[in-house]
Amino acid sequence: MPDDPRTPATHDIGGLARFHCTPVEHDEAPPDGFGKRVDALRQVLAQKKLMTVDELRRGIESIPEGEYFDLGYYERWLRSIAALMVEKGHVGPEVLR
Amino acid sequence: MAAPPRPESLALLDRLVAALEAKGIVTEAEIADRQSNTDKASPETGARMVARAWTDPTYRALLLSDGRAAAEAMGVSMAGAPPLGVLENTPARHHLVVCTLCSCYPRAVLGYPPGWYKSFAYRSRAVREPRVVLAEWGVSLPDSVEVRVVDSTADYRWMVLPMRPAGTDGWDEARLAALVTRDAMVGVAVPRAG
Repeated sequence: MPDDPRTPATHDIGGLARFHCTPVEHDEAPPDGFGKRVDALRQVLAQKKLMTVDELRRGIESIPEGEYFDLGYYERWLRSIAALMVEKGHVGPEVLR
Repeated sequence: MAAPPRPESLALLDRLVAALEAKGIVTEAEIADRQSNTDKASPETGARMVARAWTDPTYRALLLSDGRAAAEAMGVSMAGAPPLGVLENTPARHHLVVCTLCSCYPRAVLGYPPGWYKSFAYRSRAVREPRVVLAEWGVSLPDSVEVRVVDSTADYRWMVLPMRPAGTDGWDEARLAALVTRDAMVGVAVPRAG
C-alpha cells in the first residue's frame, strides 16, 4: 500500500511504506555533550512548567522538511525550544537571529 | 554515528541559555545538575526491577499494576516523569515498544534512548512488520506467539517485563539482573542464560 502523499516525511511515520526494506541502523552512541545539555535544558524548562513534551514536538514538526533532514536530533530540539521560549515571551526574538 | 552539531547550533544554545539566565528563568547550575542526574539513569535500574519481579511475586504484582510506584520502590526518582506501564511477556505473547511520533522512552529506568530507537526505520517499521524488525535483532518468534506493539507517548511510557530464562533456578537477583539488557526491556531481544 503506497503512502498518502499528504503525510509529512518527518513526523507521524508509524507504518509508512517508504521505510520498508530500510534496515534499522544499530546506532548505540550516547548523546554528545551538546545533546545532553539541550536535553537537560528541556527538562529544567519542563520542570518549571514553561513547556511540555507536546509543545516540543509541535516545534520540531514545524521545522521545514528541507531543513529538518540537515539538522541533528538535538539540533531540532534546540530549534523547537528556542522558538517556544520566544513565542511565549520568555526571551526576545534576537535569540533566534 | 550522528554528525556533530554545527557551530551555529552551539551558538544558539549559548545565546538561549544566556537569555534565560538573564531573565532569572534558569541557571547554569540547574542545567548541569539535571544533566548529571540524567547521566546516572541507566538500563541497570530497569534490570534490577525485572530481576526482583522474577523472584518476588509481591513486587511483580506492583510492577505490573503501577510501574511508577515500582520504580520508586527501588529508589528511582520519578518526579516529573509520565506514568510507566510494564507489559509482561508470556509464552503466548511478546511485546515490542516503539515511539512512532518521536522518541518517548522510560528514561528514568532505562537511561537515554539509543539512536536506533529514534530512527525513521525503527519508528515506521516496528508497527508494520514487527517480526521482520525482531528478526534483524536475531529474535524469531513462532507464529503461535502473538506480537503486540505498543506506542510510547508523551503521556505514557512503556517497558517490557521479559520472561525469566530457563536454567536460572536458584539464581540471586544480582545474577539475574545481569541477564536483562536494555533491548530485552524494549522488546527487541529475549534474555538467555549462558
